[in-house]
Amino acid sequence: MSLFDYFARRKNNTASIAKERLQVIVAHERRQHKQPDYLPALQKDIMEVIKKYVDIDIDNIEVQLDNQGNCSVLELNVTLPDKLPAARTGSGR
Amino acid sequence: MAKIIVVTSGKGGVGKTTTSAAISTGLALRGHKTAVIDFDIGLRNLDLIMNCERRVVYDFVNVINGEATLKQALIKDKRSENLFILPASQTRDKDALSKEGVEQVLKELADMGFEYIICDSPAGIEHGAFMALYFADEAVVVANPEVSSVRDSDRILGILQSKSRKAELGENVVEHLLITRYDPHRVARGEMLGVADVEEILATKLLGVIPECQSVLKASNQGVPVIHDPESKAGKAYADAVARLLGEQVEHRFLMPEHKSLFQRLFRRSA
Repeated sequence: MSLFDYFARRKNNTASIAKERLQVIVAHERRQHKQPDYLPALQKDIMEVIKKYVDIDIDNIEVQLDNQGNCSVLELNVTLPDKLPAARTGSGR
Repeated sequence: MAKIIVVTSGKGGVGKTTTSAAISTGLALRGHKTAVIDFDIGLRNLDLIMNCERRVVYDFVNVINGEATLKQALIKDKRSENLFILPASQTRDKDALSKEGVEQVLKELADMGFEYIICDSPAGIEHGAFMALYFADEAVVVANPEVSSVRDSDRILGILQSKSRKAELGENVVEHLLITRYDPHRVARGEMLGVADVEEILATKLLGVIPECQSVLKASNQGVPVIHDPESKAGKAYADAVARLLGEQVEHRFLMPEHKSLFQRLFRRSA
């Protein structure tokens, strides 16, 4: 193997790109599939409640369950719109 | 007690049926009474790979529906004494396999004295694939060293760990990784994922590596499982995998590129 071959090999190592991409996607999908089945329904219900007060899109709510040892943490992230529109139900603002 | 082994992969075309044929034949050649079931309802192909396509009278669905007995449907392999094939149905009704029906057939096979039952899964993660893996004690997950195949294998491993009967009982399906179509030359050039990479990503114990080998197509052309070709690399690699499945310690072969001598280059003979 010549020195040239060595550098050509480094440059064309598509297998290592494949490995990196796989490690990322597999880790992501494992997290997703480990989540309980009720999570999408929970997300929908939470959205309905929030929608009563603020007009937001379902994509702006993220519900995630993390298992840390023997305790589970339910994480809820709601991205509110930049400018809060007037509340629909007229809660006196 | 019969041991139920599913051969699965998620992705299609990676070598599930070739592997099912080779492993079931290998187990039978080692003296174990073995049955191999084609779960690919609507698209049966195991019969063709095992050269019994013209002897199919009744199939798996006929047995489940009570239209034939299991004995009538089982086809005795012409080459190996201890091997029987249960072909898939060509019906288009994909839900023809009921959980109860499949369980009954598996139980009956065990009662008939079968030691190993190999379930050849269809591709995908739908009903047929689910039925093939649900009752499994062990799983052979077939993967090619290629991104989509590895990703789908990970998905199947997840399903085995959460949806199988063993999982429902709080037990584990014993998982084995079988890498097929492996090309050590391309791995050495950095063009193909290596065995260690795939093993690391899937975190599953390696059962075997089947090298890319012309004998596989030759075998399927003739309907002779490739394990019957003891000169070929694929045949040898499958025989090793069967030995490991039986608990033997066998070193992995064909992982490194071969250096051909000038003589071999001049008189190239493909195994």
